[in-house]
Amino acid sequence: MHDLQCESLSKRFGAYTAVNSVSFNVPRGSFFSILGPSGCGKTTLMRMIAGFEEPTSGDIRIKGQSVLSTPPNKRPVKMVFQHLALFPMMNIGENIAYGLRCRGENKADITRKVAQVLDRVGLPGTEQKQVSQLSGGQKQRIAIARCMVLEPDVLLLDEPLGALDLKLRERMKIELKQLQHQFETTFLYITHDQSEALLMSDNVAVMNAGQFEQIGSPQELYNDPKTGFVAGFVGDSNRWPGRALSVADGKVRVALDGGGEAIATAGDDRIAAGSTVELFVRPEVLSVGPGAENRLEGTVESLLFNGASSRILVRAQGGNLIEVGQAVMDGTNRVQPGARVDIGWSHGHGRCFSVSR
Amino acid sequence: MARSDVTKLSFILLFAPFALWIALLIILPQLGIGYISLREKVGPGEYTFGVSNYVAFLSEPIYWNTLLRTAWMSILVTAMALIVGFPVAYYIAKIAQRRSRAALFLMCLIPLWVSDLVRAFGWIVILRETGLVSSFLQKIGLVSGPVEFLYNDATVVMGLVYTVVLFMIVPLVSTLDGMDNSLIEAGYNLGGSRFTVFRRIVVPYAMPGIVAGCIIVFMLTAGSYLTPILLGGKNSMWFTEQIYEQFVTRYNWESGATFGVLLLVFTSFVVWLGLRLTDQSLASTVAKD
Amino acid sequence: MKSTFALAATTALALIVASTAAQAETLRLLTWGGYAPDNVIKLFEEANPDITVEVTLSNNEEMVAKLRATGGAGYDLAQPSHDRIFAAQQEYNIYKPLDLSKVDTAALAPNLLEGVKANATIDGALYAVPHQWGTSGIVADISKAPDVKGWGDLCNPEYKGRTSMRLRRTILLGTAFSLGKDPFALYGDKAAYQTMLDEVTEKLIACKDNVKTYWNGGDDLSTLLLSGEVVVSEAWDSTAFKLYGQNKNLVYVPPETGALAWIDTFVIPRKGEADDAAYKWINFVMKPEIVKLMSDSTGAIAAVSNGIDLLPDDKKAAVKAAFDEKDLANLKFFANIPAGLEDMEGKALERIKAAASN
Repeated sequence: MHDLQCESLSKRFGAYTAVNSVSFNVPRGSFFSILGPSGCGKTTLMRMIAGFEEPTSGDIRIKGQSVLSTPPNKRPVKMVFQHLALFPMMNIGENIAYGLRCRGENKADITRKVAQVLDRVGLPGTEQKQVSQLSGGQKQRIAIARCMVLEPDVLLLDEPLGALDLKLRERMKIELKQLQHQFETTFLYITHDQSEALLMSDNVAVMNAGQFEQIGSPQELYNDPKTGFVAGFVGDSNRWPGRALSVADGKVRVALDGGGEAIATAGDDRIAAGSTVELFVRPEVLSVGPGAENRLEGTVESLLFNGASSRILVRAQGGNLIEVGQAVMDGTNRVQPGARVDIGWSHGHGRCFSVSR
Repeated sequence: MARSDVTKLSFILLFAPFALWIALLIILPQLGIGYISLREKVGPGEYTFGVSNYVAFLSEPIYWNTLLRTAWMSILVTAMALIVGFPVAYYIAKIAQRRSRAALFLMCLIPLWVSDLVRAFGWIVILRETGLVSSFLQKIGLVSGPVEFLYNDATVVMGLVYTVVLFMIVPLVSTLDGMDNSLIEAGYNLGGSRFTVFRRIVVPYAMPGIVAGCIIVFMLTAGSYLTPILLGGKNSMWFTEQIYEQFVTRYNWESGATFGVLLLVFTSFVVWLGLRLTDQSLASTVAKD
Repeated sequence: MKSTFALAATTALALIVASTAAQAETLRLLTWGGYAPDNVIKLFEEANPDITVEVTLSNNEEMVAKLRATGGAGYDLAQPSHDRIFAAQQEYNIYKPLDLSKVDTAALAPNLLEGVKANATIDGALYAVPHQWGTSGIVADISKAPDVKGWGDLCNPEYKGRTSMRLRRTILLGTAFSLGKDPFALYGDKAAYQTMLDEVTEKLIACKDNVKTYWNGGDDLSTLLLSGEVVVSEAWDSTAFKLYGQNKNLVYVPPETGALAWIDTFVIPRKGEADDAAYKWINFVMKPEIVKLMSDSTGAIAAVSNGIDLLPDDKKAAVKAAFDEKDLANLKFFANIPAGLEDMEGKALERIKAAASN
């Protein structure tokens, strides 16, 4: 059973197509993210689901029922806005009670439900507080509680972590995931931050230029991207332009524009000998030293220390810049800036996608 | 010179014109008016002090009736300006495209480029018995004879609303402009009807602007002079006219000053009452940054 | 810092000196609209190159109020009506005595000069000389209201919603005459005057329904009559004569009880700073060739012996059409208002204005 289904949903503003024939299903109780750069149409998509925009074509079904003719205030879809949109003229209790009062529930029920939901988000007894008295993370939880008290079929979240500082954002990612588990409600989460999407989601749709590039679990997207866009957008990757020399058994032999050759998995079936391609290799699969299947020579330019995600920057002979993941940088490291090094990786770790130039 | 001295000096230099302006043009004249209002005329050029001018005001129904009438009609004008101005302000702040907003705002400003007097005469030309509206109605056969639209309270109220509505729109636009659209969307999303969203979200949010606009409009209306007199004709009795009459026609400065003080006190009282009833303060409305 | 201050002080001083010097050459005239036409000012400044004329337009009440506010400063020559001098001077001391030897009295009509003298002499000092005179009466559209005779016709139900008046003391006096009273005779007796005022007030409140609106100035009066919205109105003769020029049906009717006559005068404010220039202006505008220009502009009759003859031809015709000898003999000149009466009249006017009508 799917809580939310979109079927060839499109939205055009004049000549501009914001969302182009998007279809997806969100299973009940799952955490579904839509990941894409700003301007890719993800916000328009979400606003259509919430009812603030009318689709040009296509259908939206919630629990199997089309909601196209349902006005936004009647849809069983609640939304956490980017800046949360807590009502500043109401206190916390009133903010949460707003939706219940709109429904016309009686006073006692409202009081009970408000207290209950505040308890569940870990802020019991804050009914009388003003919005301005809460911290960023607390506001976040109130915004979710305000929606969840209405027991929606789907909760939409529009980049709600964008306004938080980094530390808090990291914590809230985990908290959000926990809240979703706790409420067992379908979350549809919009973000441009791939780490948020990967960390929290059961499934992620990568969106680009109004279309879905790929839908899959975070692991699939990361390890088995289906398009060059996904390979480049999800996770860090080295990206080198080149030309296919030969294709065989799903393996491509690539001549890099900067010089050097490598063999990689063919990402799509449009690659033929002579076609222009891009080669994607993740920094963490690269290693310094001889003996690997693919090999590039270069000079160490600098060492970027960042704990677990430290990097070595290597300038290849042909001029390409190579990011090498190097978790260990504890001072015993033999690599020094200026040293000549060999960079290697295995055939299966590189991925090659055709480019239409 | 030490730095703090520089700060102090620049503060004095910057503040002095404002202080002078307040002192010379507002406080001093008011004190003068207050002083004159307490002066009793005994004979030519002879005066004593007392409150007889105030007693005279209270004992003459014409005077306090005029004050009450002025206040009542000003409240009516304020309410109508709010009813007319709110949708306009809402449209400008929330619905209109960014590009057309400046143009719309400017269109609201245009009436202010014309003097009060010219505007009132414009209304006279349009509304008089031989004016445009009357002739038009006769032409399309809606009425058989000429109709006089001038010289009644409805026209006065309409003329005043037209004159002051901008002062309602400006604070409303600036308040509504600061309102995040997502508040309204959240209001709908959580199940609110149009009316609920308007009543529980838009209005409370705009309240400082509403109150600021109402205060400005009420003060302007109660203190207006030309519009009620020109459009009201024989039946207009406005308190400012009463003050003018006392000062200029009757040479009775003492009673004119008394009326002036009373108008100030009374309108201040109405504003205070309005603030109390709406649970706002001057700091949160007119002086809001 | 010090030198800057000294410089500023010097500059300020220089400005004050310069402005005083300039003021000695400026004649600041406080007068009625039309009483200082541009062509007359131009001729005057040509004849007296060292004097420039500054004009402020006003009316009786405002003139007194302005001079009272400054204690008689700010203007060098003013033109209130002859009944606005005695009480104002007594109460507020805003005028200075005139030196009649500096005025070309031979040019003035003797009866008007005597009339002003009688009204504007306090403790032997004379404060005003006449300039122009005119009357207040009725203007009627004879095509629609041919039988108008006097003040009472403003309240004639036959013209319901088609009459107008100016809510000032003139209408109180006119109505009093139409009720068979003589207000000027009652000036000495406050109680009797109040009784008369009460009667007049009652009459005018009853009349309010009949009145379309109260006019404030010559312009709205003209519009009301020319548009045909009003057919009978209280009017100044000068305005009526102008209207006659535009529509021969609009005729000035001196009320049968006598048109109320006023004389606009020249007075010198107590703190006037250009007395010589003021006398020069007074004598200048009384010259026959200037009188013609002036009367053309004001529509009023100059206070010179042959004032009517010096009117422009069209106005002369209008005056001749309106007045016969009997009317001229029947003129009621405003008498000085004794202190206190104006307050009573003011109250009466307020009551009329505030009274409800439909």
